[in-house]
Amino acid sequence: MWWFYLSKEKRKKMNNEMVTIFWIYNAFALMLFAAGVYCVVVTRSLIRALIGLEVMTKAATLLIIVGGYVTNNTAAAQALVITMIVLEVVVIVVAAGIVLNIYRHNDSLDIRKLRNLRG
Amino acid sequence: MEHQFYFHLMMLIAIILAALWTVISRSLLKAALGLAMTSAILTIVMFKLDSPLAAVFELSVCAGLITAIFVSTISLTRIMTHQEIMAQSKDRMKRFGVLPLIIIFVGVGMWLMTKKLSITLPPQATETDVRKVIWNMRHLDLIGQAIMLLAGVFGVVVLFKQGKEKEDE
Repeated sequence: MWWFYLSKEKRKKMNNEMVTIFWIYNAFALMLFAAGVYCVVVTRSLIRALIGLEVMTKAATLLIIVGGYVTNNTAAAQALVITMIVLEVVVIVVAAGIVLNIYRHNDSLDIRKLRNLRG
Repeated sequence: MEHQFYFHLMMLIAIILAALWTVISRSLLKAALGLAMTSAILTIVMFKLDSPLAAVFELSVCAGLITAIFVSTISLTRIMTHQEIMAQSKDRMKRFGVLPLIIIFVGVGMWLMTKKLSITLPPQATETDVRKVIWNMRHLDLIGQAIMLLAGVFGVVVLFKQGKEKEDE
């Protein structure tokens, strides 16, 4: 509630500062996301593709947290991030199981060797 | 405020460098450790942005559990021979060499775009306690989490069961 006790000028100044912080974080989160996307697209290792996916998730987490901070709504942002982390773990565990099964079948983690799949 | 600003900037640059190391490093184990480092730095940023509960989750689950899963998965695969490593390193530099440039390009592009966009911040939220938000306001998220966890457990059981059957044959 501290936000409402500030004068109008001070509030406007703080608003501008928050918007600047948001844009800086936004640019860095996009850079992180680009690194993840590039990793997933270019890599030939299945495990590294999962790592790229994780990097993308980090970018999304960072953006949600900074969104909550600049709008002074950290509670909802944290709730969303916690949900995201739980889902992230489930996805990684199942994906790691699939990767291990593929490795047992092909004796390789190379994506190019998955061309013998049916379909 | 300026001191705080430079600290935030330093942490963000550290995250990008850690992520770059994660993506570019040749060894999968180093990549997994780089990911843990990225998560650890992100945790510091989250603490500074008034999100301690999410930060604790990030540190324990993402930097801890997920790294353990990755390391276990890597340890269950075959070690590469020297020839394979040499062949891969030359190829890797070609594919990943441009990544730092792409990242800088994306960052600068985004920063230039901000001058054309203008946003106004919404009013402050009514509920500030994260525990109340999770347990009282976001029931659907909790149901979704429970369903996903059960689906994950079911998936892992099915996947590893298939592997065991193959071994028996």
